[in-house]
Amino acid sequence: MPTHPAPLPRVRPAGTPPAAGGLLSQVPDSLGRFGAFGGRYVPETLSAALDQLQAAYDDARADPAFAAELNDLLSAFVGRPTPLLFAKRLTEYAGGAQIYLKREDLSHTGAHKINNTLGQGLLALRMGKRRIIAETGAGQHGVATATACARFGLDCVVYMGSEDVRRQAPNVRSMKLMGAEVRPVESGSKTLRDAINEAMRDWMGSVETTHYIIGSVVGPHPFPRITRDFQAVIGRETLAACHRQLGRSPDIVVACVGGGSNAAGMFYPLVDEPGVRLVGVEAGGRSTKAGDHAASLSYGQPGILHGSLSYVLQDLDGQTADVHSVSAGLDYPGVGPEHAYWHDTGRVEYTSVTDAEALAAFDLVARREGILPALETSHALAWAVQEAARRPASEILVVCLSGRGDKDAAEIARLRGMGLPDAV
Amino acid sequence: MKTEDGPLEGPLGKLFADLKREGRKALAPFVTAGDPNCEKTLEVLEALDRAGASLCELGVPYSDPIADGAVIQSSYTRALAAGFTLEKLFDLVRRASARVKMPILAMVSYSIIYRRGIDRFVADAKACGMAGLVVPDLPLEESDQLDQACRTAGLALVRLVTPTTPPARAEEIARRSTGFLYCVSVAGVTGARTDLPAGLLERIEWLRTKTDVPILVGFGISTPEQVKAVAAVADGAIVGSALVRHLEGFSAPQHAAPAAQGTLLKNLEETVGRLAAATG
Repeated sequence: MPTHPAPLPRVRPAGTPPAAGGLLSQVPDSLGRFGAFGGRYVPETLSAALDQLQAAYDDARADPAFAAELNDLLSAFVGRPTPLLFAKRLTEYAGGAQIYLKREDLSHTGAHKINNTLGQGLLALRMGKRRIIAETGAGQHGVATATACARFGLDCVVYMGSEDVRRQAPNVRSMKLMGAEVRPVESGSKTLRDAINEAMRDWMGSVETTHYIIGSVVGPHPFPRITRDFQAVIGRETLAACHRQLGRSPDIVVACVGGGSNAAGMFYPLVDEPGVRLVGVEAGGRSTKAGDHAASLSYGQPGILHGSLSYVLQDLDGQTADVHSVSAGLDYPGVGPEHAYWHDTGRVEYTSVTDAEALAAFDLVARREGILPALETSHALAWAVQEAARRPASEILVVCLSGRGDKDAAEIARLRGMGLPDAV
Repeated sequence: MKTEDGPLEGPLGKLFADLKREGRKALAPFVTAGDPNCEKTLEVLEALDRAGASLCELGVPYSDPIADGAVIQSSYTRALAAGFTLEKLFDLVRRASARVKMPILAMVSYSIIYRRGIDRFVADAKACGMAGLVVPDLPLEESDQLDQACRTAGLALVRLVTPTTPPARAEEIARRSTGFLYCVSVAGVTGARTDLPAGLLERIEWLRTKTDVPILVGFGISTPEQVKAVAAVADGAIVGSALVRHLEGFSAPQHAAPAAQGTLLKNLEETVGRLAAATG
């Protein structure tokens, strides 16, 4: 019997549609609603800037020159399209479905985050805003933002929880080398959630001259939609590569989910594809006990955090819960509202993987494929290997290898020194 | 232009009608509920009432207050660490309502209201004697449900306009605000500032021509001089961080003795007295 308290009862917000009749990709609406989720719950001070961002984005989408400039950057600066690699020895290890890796780790700066920061950087230029702020957890979004700002000649301030500054030191150095100011955040749990709070507070006072490049598909409308759209290149390329290399769509597509930007980018072009099973893997942490994990969709309930309605981990009074994950990028008590929508419509399955399983997958992929995956990504890899073993060899399973794990090497060594179980 | 309710009603309607008749302006202190605990907050509310506060904005501690500066954030953190809950809040207001004459409003994040359930939160707030709600993270577009619940229950739902609010939108916000309109002085978070922002008084005068609802000005106001300047054109001033700073002392070890606690309360009361006197 589990010793932890039962999960709080699930409350289904009014207006969530039953599992899909129409196209699931036709969201959000004009108020930023993904079914019942999303919206814009922010201080009035930010309303005008969010309207301005929405207008700038609509304008950019209608402008072929914007797409052309972004595509040029994605090609020559980021190195897209990223390859789809057959993971031969990982597939042999699992002994079932064929495992393919979508190599976002080969993007410039080593993760998918750059797709979004270049897009939003161009939007900032269109709005005439020369100062950029961002939050970061694992540091990947911070590095990608610093990179875009260096490329575009914009001032850059990155808020990062002091706990994350410690455990992701290589990324802090990279940001500084590219001219960004990194401001450690000492409040609360000193992690991603607190970094977002601090970035929002900066924006409250700087909104007329500053653009906030939020790093995930979270936050108030229109951020979840904009970030998803800029990341959707991942899913489009994956689908095209599957058809080119394999002659068909994949059977299963897996991605890790913290805020959920790599997963949203991977899944969004596939949600209307019949027959593709989509699986998001959350951070199961140390245990299923409240405070020991960061699995908002698996154990949370609908609530409001950082400007949108989604699944959140909070107490009965609406106070945000403390969460834990070995990976700084998944260490977040909320999740993007579109994931909440996909969860409630049943289009995407969400599950979780523990710290220990993720660390084991890190080792496994390092030793059998010669790739150091990010600890975030290692959650998706852990589930993928387990599931591949249960599926026939005829099936194709694609993992979004969202980022590289060099940044995690020192932290993993430290954790091992503290006696976490050795990997396989 | 009239508010949607027509003439002002409830305790806030009576308050502003009385102030108008007496030619006075409102002083609205903001203090955190439960910092350092709700027993002390009850004493603080009585002190504010004695000192001449017109109404009180009671801050409901929240774990992620993005509109608040360091002083109020720290206060919220202390209150939550000391075991603040909504049950304690409603009990506090119930007891305070019997002892003070000033109306009490809650400044509360929509995250908290949503989690409890809109109808349930409003019913609890009404039942304990709250006069209204200020919900700093609930913009116009998302507010229909709470607006309806508050109107049905007879609670004021105070809306906020800021320097970044476009004029047409400010008019719409004023039209839908009940109790009073909260005019945020600066684009930024809460916290004391040395000077009143440029253009603030003109902005208030412009709002004055657009609405009959009382206008209270807050954010960055800490001194009697600032209160006096604001009260000359608005219907009152809200003072927050400058008072919340006093609360910190209550939990400091060097002030643990009953005499020291009494001195802190006395200081707070005198500070509020000076601010109230500045409203004229």
